[in-house]
Amino acid sequence: MIKIDILKKLHGASGKMDLQVSLNIKEGEFIALTGASGSGKTTLLRILAGLEDAEGKIEVANSTWLNNTKSLSPQKRSIGFMHQVSALFDNMNVLENLLFIQKDKNLALRLLSITGLIELQNRYPKTLSGGQKQRLSLCRAMMRKPQLLLLDEPLSALDAQMRSKLQEEILMLHREFNTTTVMVSHDPSEIYKLSTRTITLENAKVIKDGNTKEVLLKMQGSQKFSFEGELLELKKVDIVVIAIVAIGQQLVEVVLSRQEASAFKVGQRVILGTKAFSPTISHPSL
Amino acid sequence: MFEPFYISFKLASITVLILFIIALPLSWYLSQTKSKIKPFLEALTALPIVLPPSVLGFYILAALSQNSALGAFFKETFDISLVFNFTSLVIASCFYSLPFMVQPLQSGFESLNTKMLEASYIAGKSKLQTLLFVALPNIKPALITAIIITFAHTVGEFGVVLMVGGSIPGETKVASVAIYEMVEIMDYKGAHIYSAIMLGMSFVVLLAVYTFNAKHKEKFGL
Repeated sequence: MIKIDILKKLHGASGKMDLQVSLNIKEGEFIALTGASGSGKTTLLRILAGLEDAEGKIEVANSTWLNNTKSLSPQKRSIGFMHQVSALFDNMNVLENLLFIQKDKNLALRLLSITGLIELQNRYPKTLSGGQKQRLSLCRAMMRKPQLLLLDEPLSALDAQMRSKLQEEILMLHREFNTTTVMVSHDPSEIYKLSTRTITLENAKVIKDGNTKEVLLKMQGSQKFSFEGELLELKKVDIVVIAIVAIGQQLVEVVLSRQEASAFKVGQRVILGTKAFSPTISHPSL
Repeated sequence: MFEPFYISFKLASITVLILFIIALPLSWYLSQTKSKIKPFLEALTALPIVLPPSVLGFYILAALSQNSALGAFFKETFDISLVFNFTSLVIASCFYSLPFMVQPLQSGFESLNTKMLEASYIAGKSKLQTLLFVALPNIKPALITAIIITFAHTVGEFGVVLMVGGSIPGETKVASVAIYEMVEIMDYKGAHIYSAIMLGMSFVVLLAVYTFNAKHKEKFGL
C-alpha cells in the first residue's frame, strides 16, 4: 500500500497554484494519470521520485519516504523512472546500461529477452531506434525491481505501431513483476489497455479518480457513439455547411445546416456523435 | 640544450594533474548548483583570463615571499622558500591556468542531459558515482579539451613565470623564458629553433584535440 498526501506550490503558466494530492495506491495497481498539460502530472511523479521536494507524507509499504521531518533522497527510494525521451547512459552499451543499475546479469538478460533487445546487447544507445531506446529505458527502470514504477508519457514520442507493441511489453512486464505503476498518458486506448484505475488532474487537483473503464466509457447525453475532435473548417456549400473535423489522425466531413453551423467556431473541440443510427464496425481499408 | 623544454613539460604535467583534482569537484559543483554564490565563484575562476600576467605574478609574489605570513611560515617551519624555485612555478601555474581546466569541464557538465543524471540517482548511485561513471565518460571531448588546453597554456605562459620564478637554469628557466633571453642576447638561431619547436608542437596538440572531438562526435553523437 502506498499512501500519498502532499502539497506543493507550483508556478504554472496560469499563475500560482497548489498541487494538492491525496491518494492511496494498492500494491500491484496500474494507475493512469491524465489531465491537460501544466496540470501537475510530471511534478507529481518527480515528487514521488524524490527529485522535487514537497510538504506532506509519502509512505510506501512500511517505510516513510517523506514526512515533516525527513525526505528520502531518490537514491534511497525504490523507484523506476521512464521519461518520454530516453535518458540512457550514452557511454555504456545496452547490457552495461542495465548492469550499472544492478549487477544482476540474469535479470538483465531476462528483461532484454522480454523486450526483444537481446540481440542488441552490445550496441550503444546512439545506434538504437526510438522504439528500441524506450524499450531499454523500460528495462532499466525495472532493473532495481522497484516498489514503484513511474512512467512519464513513456510512449508518446513513438509511432502508433511501435506504441502498441511497447504497450504489450509494459503489460507483460507488469504481469510478470506486479510492480505498482503510475503512468502519465493522454492516449485513451493506451490507458484502457494498461491501467485499472485512472486519475485525472486539473489545475493541480484530482478531479476524477475511478475505475478506468468507468472513467473512459462515461457517455455524454444519450449518445451511444461519440468521438472528440477538433473543428478544422466550416465550408459553405449551397445551403448547407460542411464541417471538417479532425479525430485522431482521421479527417471527417459532417453536413450541418447554416443555423447549426453558426453555433461553432473553427478551432473548437467538438464531439461527433450519432443517436438515431446504429453504427457498424468494419476494418479500415489498407 | 633542451632542458628548458623539459622544465616546461614537467611544469605543465604537474599543473594539469593538480588542477584536474581541484577543478573536477569545483566545475561539477558550479554546473549543478543554483546557489547565489555561483556568479562570484565563476568570476573568481575567470579572473586569470583577463588579468595581466604581471598583476597575477605580483600578487603571487607578494603572497608567497618571505615578507608574507605564508612565505615566512614555510621558511621557518620547513625551511622552504616559496619563490624563485620550481614549487613557486607550480603554484603560479595553477592559478594562471585554472580557468582553462574549469571552464571546459563546467560547460561539458552543463550540457549533459539532466534526466540522465537523475536516472543514475534514481538507480541508487551517489553523486560521486554519478560523476565518475556517468558524467565524466559522457563529456570526453570536454575532458580532453580541458587537459590539453591547460597543458598547452601552461607551456605557453611567460609573464607570470618570469615574475615568480625568475630564470634559474635547470630550475625555473622554461622554454618561453629561454626564447626571450635568446632574443635579448641576439642568439636568433637558438630563438628560431626553440620558437619553431613551440609552434610545431602547439599546432600538433590543437590538431589532435579537434580531430579527437570530431571522431568522438561521429561515434557517440555527443
